Amino acid sequence: MEATHVHGAGHAHGGDHAHHPKGIMRWITTTNHKDIGTMYLWFSFTMFLVGGVMALILRAELFQPGLQFVEPEFFNQMITLHGLIMVFGAIMPAFVGFANWMIPLMIGAPDMAFARMNNWSFWLLPPAGILLTASMFVPGGAAGTGWTLYPPLSIQMGIGMDMAIFAIHILGMSSIMGSINIVTTILNLRAPGMTLMRMPMFCWTWLITGYLLIAVMPVLAGAVTMLLTDRHFGTSFFNAAGGGDPVLFQHIFWFFGHPEVYIIALPAFGVVSHVIPAFARKPLFGYTSMVYAIAAIALISFIVWAHHMYVVGMPVAGQLYFMYATILIAVPTGVKVFNWVATMWRGSLTFETPMLFALGFLFLFTIGGFTGLVLSNTAVDVQLQDTYYVVAHFHYVMVAGALFSAFAAVYYWLPKWTGHMYDETLGKWHFWLSFIFFNIAFFPQHFLGLAGMPRRIPDYALQFTDFNQVSTIGAFGFGLSQLLFLYIVLKTIRSGEKAAAKPWEGATGLEWTVPSPAPYHTFEEPPVLTEAKGHA
Amino acid sequence: MGINKKTQSCLTGLALMGWSAMVRAAWEFNFQIPATKSAQTVIDLHNMMMIIIMIIFIGVFAVVSYSVFKHRKSKGHQAAQFHDNTLVEIAWTVVPLIILAAMAWPATVALLNMRDTAQADITIKATGHQWKWGYDYLKGEGEGIRFMSLKATPAEQIRGSAAKEEHYLLEVDKHVVVPVGKKIRMLTTSTDVIHSWWVPALAVKQDAIPGYVRDAWFKAEKEGIFRGQCAELCGKDHAFMPIVVEVVSAEKYSQWVGNQKKQMAAAADEGGKSYSLDELKSRGEEVYAANCAACHQANGKGLPPAFPALDGSKIATGPKEAHIALVLHGKPNTAMAAFGGQLGDGDIAAVITYERNAWGNKTGDVVQPADIKAARK
Amino acid sequence: MNQQASRYFVPDPSHYPLVGSVALFLLASGAALWMNKYAPGPYVVLAGFAVLLFMLFAWFGRVIGESESGKYNKQVDFSFRWAMSWFIFSEVMFFAAFFGALFYVRVLAVPDLASAEQQLLWPDFSTSWPSAGPKFAEQFTPMHAVGIPLINTLLLLSSGATLTWAHWGLLAGKRDQLKLGLILTIALGLLFISLQAYEYVHAYEELNLKLTTGVYGSTFFMLTGFHGLHVTIGATMLLVIFFRVMAGHFKPDHHFAFEAVAWYWHFVDVVWLCLFVVVYWL
Ligand code: HEA
Ligand code: HEA
Ligand code: HEC
Ligand code: CUA
Ligand SMILES: [Cu+2]
Repeated sequence: MEATHVHGAGHAHGGDHAHHPKGIMRWITTTNHKDIGTMYLWFSFTMFLVGGVMALILRAELFQPGLQFVEPEFFNQMITLHGLIMVFGAIMPAFVGFANWMIPLMIGAPDMAFARMNNWSFWLLPPAGILLTASMFVPGGAAGTGWTLYPPLSIQMGIGMDMAIFAIHILGMSSIMGSINIVTTILNLRAPGMTLMRMPMFCWTWLITGYLLIAVMPVLAGAVTMLLTDRHFGTSFFNAAGGGDPVLFQHIFWFFGHPEVYIIALPAFGVVSHVIPAFARKPLFGYTSMVYAIAAIALISFIVWAHHMYVVGMPVAGQLYFMYATILIAVPTGVKVFNWVATMWRGSLTFETPMLFALGFLFLFTIGGFTGLVLSNTAVDVQLQDTYYVVAHFHYVMVAGALFSAFAAVYYWLPKWTGHMYDETLGKWHFWLSFIFFNIAFFPQHFLGLAGMPRRIPDYALQFTDFNQVSTIGAFGFGLSQLLFLYIVLKTIRSGEKAAAKPWEGATGLEWTVPSPAPYHTFEEPPVLTEAKGHA
Repeated sequence: MGINKKTQSCLTGLALMGWSAMVRAAWEFNFQIPATKSAQTVIDLHNMMMIIIMIIFIGVFAVVSYSVFKHRKSKGHQAAQFHDNTLVEIAWTVVPLIILAAMAWPATVALLNMRDTAQADITIKATGHQWKWGYDYLKGEGEGIRFMSLKATPAEQIRGSAAKEEHYLLEVDKHVVVPVGKKIRMLTTSTDVIHSWWVPALAVKQDAIPGYVRDAWFKAEKEGIFRGQCAELCGKDHAFMPIVVEVVSAEKYSQWVGNQKKQMAAAADEGGKSYSLDELKSRGEEVYAANCAACHQANGKGLPPAFPALDGSKIATGPKEAHIALVLHGKPNTAMAAFGGQLGDGDIAAVITYERNAWGNKTGDVVQPADIKAARK
Repeated sequence: MNQQASRYFVPDPSHYPLVGSVALFLLASGAALWMNKYAPGPYVVLAGFAVLLFMLFAWFGRVIGESESGKYNKQVDFSFRWAMSWFIFSEVMFFAAFFGALFYVRVLAVPDLASAEQQLLWPDFSTSWPSAGPKFAEQFTPMHAVGIPLINTLLLLSSGATLTWAHWGLLAGKRDQLKLGLILTIALGLLFISLQAYEYVHAYEELNLKLTTGVYGSTFFMLTGFHGLHVTIGATMLLVIFFRVMAGHFKPDHHFAFEAVAWYWHFVDVVWLCLFVVVYWL
């Protein structure tokens, strides 16, 4: 976002240290949280396109029964890379990007606590991204195991698997450093007077997300390290002949994997908790219970992992325990949903694009949550595990949930970043196209799953044809709609009417007290907080 | 603005799922017709959950819709400024808890029943191989029967050069035959990677973990043919690993058992026989097509680097012993499985003879069943 | 950095992050090549390692310079404290994965493999822990707790004490006590590593206990190996601290680097205690 640079540099400020390098070196060496946030966001969007094209390859092959475009082994590689790239390359960096841009602004800090390390957290992503995408082109191709990398299948893979493992190590380092940075910033750099319980909700969600990341990324690193030694150094962690167990990997993976899905969801909740009050012109309902709900979700998320493993043959007591624990998560998540609804209730609502995406989020995430609940019922999950019902579930919570919330965030904060308003009409088009095509793409997948279509297959029995065709059409429509988004963002950067410091009537928080675009350096002197200004 | 309309159309969609069991056309959108009590239980549980969920969903989004329509700025609505209400907040924590507990109860009962594999009439072991299922009848009537069940859909249908049949991808050469009304305990295991034995109409899905035996059970309430497929990503041909269970009457079952026993007896004393090169080659070609071509390809060129070519391979043209040993014992940590446990002496002898004399391989070697028998020691 | 240094510190632009990323990229791709027996692998790894070392030297050098020139105020110090605590937490979780694996194979996997239900696949397997699994035919002797492990426990525990003693010296301005304490700690650490190395040789040559000795070997060597790696890193960091002390760095009220390394050392200590109990003793 070039505009930031121009305006930022032109902005008068007291410090004598603004002589940062120009051109590409600016981005490589920057310690500025806004630059780094911008890089995260562009990286994320690029990866979203890459992962999205892979999804379209999957959907194209699934348009009809039979093998048309790709070979099964390539199809499997696409599944793996699509999952890994979307989760680690698109969604997570997007929210880290928002965190970088907005948290210092929200809490009145001049930058992140460790500005230089912050830059490293970002610059670790491209090597990992390169390793993942390049693994397609090595002998044997990328890992064809699904993003869950279950052994022994992952033991059979070639060098592409090792590249994925190392990519995960690097991504893990990046996440851990990024999270330490965010958590420290939130805990230590708040402006005087901004107590934890007066902090904007987005900061709360990130504080807890950061904690989750620091807790589970090392566990994932451990899991893939064991995979690596099983592959190359003769250990037997996942090999029954040596006394190990393939299922052990699944336990460790999902001990990471389940918190991971809330790592994706919580910051999305945070964004929505800003957007809805802003466009309802009414304070967030139940701030305190929101905070407790986030904390409860985070804690429970550590003890439910084996709901992904209902059919591996756990003892029935284990199945029951994990079912009960999983069901419990609906309670704090419900609190959040109800609070958002209560925030809208008797507000003064308008429906600009961020609000539309927030409402789309609310509506579709709830559907996804409910299907999650269906899956959590072990007896039912026996029929649904590893079917398209699961695929539908997690795209509802991750695409219509996290991704829609990310869109809401971009539209909401774009004026602050670029100093320009986006094109409202086009924004609305983007929303409606996304909303409609999303449902065309993914709603039928529930039916496919119920009717018995397994996931991760390039070819299927004839009775699944119709809904697959609908789904493919929806997927292509959804994908194309995202090009509109790219156009809108580029247009906003280049042109568009000037944005006020606070373009949204109902927005609250420190980020709206600085000019738009936000100058390159903000809050070099801590702002003085009056009353509950920091409140979202 | 159109949220409400969307709400309604999607709700209609959701509602369809609730009472759809009777409407059956190509647009399959609900569980398959159940053939066991467990499968029926799952459907009932699912329906119950759908009803509860839909009520909550409609409740919540009725409120949202009301708000969206009445509390908009364009209608001049002024924002209230309340932001807390402890009583309401407690209510919407406690009420969901109660609802969830109510949902968990029947699920618990159903699950305890589904996992109770005791007192089975017949025990069958399903062994996953890349990419086929092998079956051993371990206990009860039919004990001792064992066979491989291979996908029967020809490659032409998959590649689109032939019309697809009704049971495209869901057909195998040998069905798993079981008697109706008997409790069948299915053991699952695997020799290579994780597979999952799943037949939707029976509501059995059990992962097959290499090195471990897991179990599940079903008791079919009616005769018929029930189809399923492998449900855990197991590599290249994961989509091509069907499961077909044929439920028959007790008499038919006994008949089937008798036939199987006879066939097996015939195959058993092959160790002593000896065949000509041509006999072995033509038989070997069939065995190859069924067992090896998935990886090494019909033309013997393989799919390097994942699957090596056998045409011109050092092993297939070098000493016989190494070739036999490799096929018998496989190669650990690769997709090359140990076929010693899957194929009889005759088949292995045939396929090795074939490989050594097919394509560009012209060793002229003949491998007899007796060689295999000896090598097994 | 002028007036606002009193409150906030924002470092200047820096290219070290990119250098670090290049290093990791080389390390990762080199290791992938190496493990799959491609010739350039080892060289790429070596190059990556060299770049990484360069980056670490330069970056930490910069940080030390900034610290010594008084740019880090109380708030920065506090940030460092938070960061180090969270970092150690992440390390705890890394070890937790391996402890979890050990727990799982001991309590669940091996007993399950030896149970009646699995007789179908492993008819002659009825062993309990320590076990290398049903297909591991060779004889091996498990590691005993008494002997080197016990000595190592005592070594590490006393190194924790000497480090605290050094810290007291630093707080009280007794630089000699500080130096002596550090030397003792490092010496104890090095002794620990040497004994550990000796133990590995002993395991390989006399006990026939290897990384490939089923899950027993896998968990044993991975846990103790990663711990040993951490001791090595800790000792290296202590050495750096020692050189800084010799160069006159650290004041009684400004020495977070020292404390961070001390925390790390104590953490490594605690991991060892857990290891000693669950890997060697029980
Ligand atoms: C953002 C990501 C995200 C989120 C938030 C969730 C949320 C939930 N998920 Fe999901 N899930 C995934 C991402 C996510 N999931 C992914 C990626 C997979 C597949 C991974 C793979 O295999 O590749 C998966 C798979 C998955 C499975 C395994 C399925 C299988 O493989 O067989 C299960 C099973 O229990 C499950 C359950 C749940 C539950 C109970 C929730 C709950 O948190 C939902 C809670 C929300 C609500 C319930 C709605 C709102 C609540 C109310 C309005 C209150 C009132 C409600 C009642 C009283 C009922 N998920
Ligand atoms: C947050 C993460 C995320 C996101 C955003 C998405 C987005 C999408 N996903 Fe994905 N998905 C996962 C996470 C995600 N997915 C995961 C974790 C899995 C499981 C993997 C596994 O099984 O291991 C999965 C699996 C998965 C499957 C199942 C594969 C299988 O089991 O066989 C399918 C199939 O339909 C699918 C489809 C899609 C589609 C159509 C989108 C769309 O939303 C994508 C839309 C975006 C675009 C399409 C890009 C737009 C760009 C263009 C249009 C450019 C056009 C240019 C050219 C054509 C040159 N996904
Ligand atoms: C699941 C895939 C798969 C199937 C099915 C399979 N193989 Fe293989 N085969 C492999 C792989 C992989 C290798 C390479 C192993 C290695 O890395 O050396 C291999 C290697 C071989 C080799 C050695 C080739 C060489 O020159 O190294 C022979 C001979 C062979 N297989 C014969 C067979 C026969 C006979 C069958 C069927 C009865 C069969 N294979 C079925 C995967 C398979
Ligand atoms: Cu076997 Cu999938
Ligand atoms: Cu989960």
